[in-house]
Amino acid sequence: MEGIIGKKIGMTRIFNQKGQVIPVTVIEAGPCPVVQVKTQDKDGYDAVQLGFEEKRKNLFNSPLQGHFDKAKVEPRRILREMKTDQVGKFKVRGELKVDLFSIGEKVNVTGISKGLGFQGGVRRHKFHGGPKTHGQSDRLRAPGSIGSSSFPSRVFKGQRMAGRMGGEKVTIGNLEVVGVDLEKNLLLLKGAVPGKRNSYLTIKKCLA
Amino acid sequence: MDPISAVEAKYLKDKIPEFGSGDTLRVHTKIIEGDKERVQIFEGVVIQRKGKGTGETFTLRKVSSGVEVERIFPLYSPNITKINRVRQGKVRRAKLFYLRGLKGKSARIQEKRKEEKESPES
Repeated sequence: MEGIIGKKIGMTRIFNQKGQVIPVTVIEAGPCPVVQVKTQDKDGYDAVQLGFEEKRKNLFNSPLQGHFDKAKVEPRRILREMKTDQVGKFKVRGELKVDLFSIGEKVNVTGISKGLGFQGGVRRHKFHGGPKTHGQSDRLRAPGSIGSSSFPSRVFKGQRMAGRMGGEKVTIGNLEVVGVDLEKNLLLLKGAVPGKRNSYLTIKKCLA
Repeated sequence: MDPISAVEAKYLKDKIPEFGSGDTLRVHTKIIEGDKERVQIFEGVVIQRKGKGTGETFTLRKVSSGVEVERIFPLYSPNITKINRVRQGKVRRAKLFYLRGLKGKSARIQEKRKEEKESPES
């Protein structure tokens, strides 16, 4: 599967040819050098390791410095692997750029969602809450019953309750590519993507 | 230039006339009906202007045969072919939502005169 690593810059809106407004996310994607090619014989699976964004070499520990030296690639902040069945297509130090994608294509975007902290059941699991009136007090955003009484005398595992929300890996599928700027390494996708601004994303082509 | 403004720069028009809340505008918009294209004119008072970059919009309000109509236009929409300022209004706030409750005489807006613009210096 072909993909690239990117950084979320932010959102804006643009107009299409009909003059309709399209909400877009601007992503700084690539260039991503291939740092390592993993093969079935050597590593047990076929994959390509990509790097993104340079970082000073002396900030890495020596095993990683050696890893970059071996590939003769400038040290990169982010390393991600992409599984692929066409390892032969990739060479170490070969670069992947945004021109991988073309306008109209559909992509999947993976990232870490915004951490929202401790949230109640209404926000976290879309519970409906209780009634506001008819003699109720303190029930408006309550979760309701969490199980039966004497049997089973416990709460089942996986019972949805309040707790930490967000900050997890999320994939958004089928986003349309509406713009590619090879010069500035920008990718414009229709709609929102997971995470805060400046968070790192993996963008992959949808399976045809 | 930051990447967002670089993306937006392509869509910003440089020929936008100066206008603000209280002004009366005539906006010419392209309308596509089937395969025919025609120009529709909407004339009204600017009651709000907000946003920045390609997201900037303005709201026009008019009373058309007794029915109050408000329409929001994206300022940089390619469907807007022309914006004419018919009248410059003299108002004391940026959002004129108070017009919504008013009818007849009290819903009028004073015209801004050139003499009033220049403040006496001393």
